Amino acid sequence: MIALSGVWLTLGERHVLKDVSFDVQAGQTKVILGASGSGKTTILRVILGLYRPDRGSILVDGQEISGLDERNLTRVRQNMAMVFQSAALFDSLTVRENVGYRLWEQGRLSDDVIEQTVQESLQFVGLADTIDKMPAELSGGMRKRVGIARALASGAKVLLYDEPTGGLDPINVCMISRLITKLRTKGITQVVVTHDLDAAYRVADRIVMIQRGRVIFDGPPDGLRQSDDPAIRGFIDPGTLTNGWEAFAKPPEPVD
Amino acid sequence: MATPGEQLSRSEAGGSGLAWWFHLRTTLFGYLLVVQEFTALCGQAIVGLVTPPWYVRETIYQIDRIGVGSVFIVVLTGMFTGMVLALQGAVQLEPYGATIYVSRLISTSVVRELGPVLAALMIAGRVGSGIASEIASMKVTEQIDALRAEGTDPVQKLVSTRLLACILMIPVLTIITNGIAIFGGWLIARLYLGIDSYFYWTWAFEAIQQRDIVVGLVKPAVFGFIIGMVGCYAGFQTKGGTVGVGLSTTQSMVSSSILILATDFFLTKLFMAMP
Repeated sequence: MIALSGVWLTLGERHVLKDVSFDVQAGQTKVILGASGSGKTTILRVILGLYRPDRGSILVDGQEISGLDERNLTRVRQNMAMVFQSAALFDSLTVRENVGYRLWEQGRLSDDVIEQTVQESLQFVGLADTIDKMPAELSGGMRKRVGIARALASGAKVLLYDEPTGGLDPINVCMISRLITKLRTKGITQVVVTHDLDAAYRVADRIVMIQRGRVIFDGPPDGLRQSDDPAIRGFIDPGTLTNGWEAFAKPPEPVD
Repeated sequence: MATPGEQLSRSEAGGSGLAWWFHLRTTLFGYLLVVQEFTALCGQAIVGLVTPPWYVRETIYQIDRIGVGSVFIVVLTGMFTGMVLALQGAVQLEPYGATIYVSRLISTSVVRELGPVLAALMIAGRVGSGIASEIASMKVTEQIDALRAEGTDPVQKLVSTRLLACILMIPVLTIITNGIAIFGGWLIARLYLGIDSYFYWTWAFEAIQQRDIVVGLVKPAVFGFIIGMVGCYAGFQTKGGTVGVGLSTTQSMVSSSILILATDFFLTKLFMAMP
């Protein structure tokens, strides 16, 4: 469904992604794990075409998107939806308008059908009663769930999540992990960026681990748990680190 | 993030005495980049105006917000400008016994210059900075990226609609400013200077030529373009969270004001040179 091959990206004076390669099969939930600033969110933005890579190939549903112009990218994005780290709900619109935004923009469905889709999506995330509220009236966890409802209502085949559990209390983390797991059973392809190990183990079919813009692991959750790689061990159990913290804290390498 | 120009200067200056030259070149390079980006955004916005989808509801909303929402400040601007012009004009005309002609002074100066420029400056403060801060906030809260992710062209949705609203509404607001300014002048002329209303209005309208009306409508449309585009550009260029939002708002206000004044000069020269 999604395949990245040899992707390099420089932002400003830093190599943010270095030779990143992995794929996501249809219906799979892939978690991209890594420390803050390791390039996880950038990968999502590259998949969505918000950043154009310097080198490498990105295939989405068999189509190479790295060279597409904005108009064609818009067409590709019709099959994808992203849940942003800040939820990125449109401030000036109600929850109903946010969730049904793409459907109203496309104008292919009647208002009644869109309304029903919006209500179903909000019911799925347990927020049917917030339909007439403004985003400012919602808590952080509720905003994230509305973000998921918006992604769901769009009918996208691929859902991308940027830190869906970041900054939330354990109950909301659990709730959102359950939603992602529920969607996995529905056969939706999902890419989840997080640094939350528990959430990653809970939802992942496979895990990719990124360190300073490079893929250092790509495999099943059990493989990550059992890995002897010191970089992976250091991330999974930072208490065992006696030195080498800087390997996780360093920013991406500067351009030569 | 260093611009390509900055990277170039760092690598080439190398601590030599020519550092100031590289600094100058970097600065000029930066300005050129801004001009290039601004021009590209203008092009995209204009293309967005003539290609579907048409954001009719959004455009009407912006027309209401920019136009109707600004009526009060342009009324105040026009009223006080006209009143002050009447007072000052009377002082200058009195030694020649020509106080009765104060309405000519007011109507021509307001329709040709003061109305368009003062209305545009006031609207740049209210609308331009509002556009900049709104788009800047959307940028730092990832809403612009969310629009793109939802398959919407943010330039067409946010810039083209605001640009059209500014181009349509600022001439209307300028006409209101002009009318109110002449009315404010009449209040002073009638109540303070004792000029007969018939003479005031007769001289006021007689002084305005067809050309003045054309100039007085073309200028606000151009100023509307400047206010809309500079506000949107400043918003889209925002970096660095809430501090960036504040900087963009200020940048929009300052750049719009300077561009309005400079453009006014060149438009005036252009219209004067025309037969």
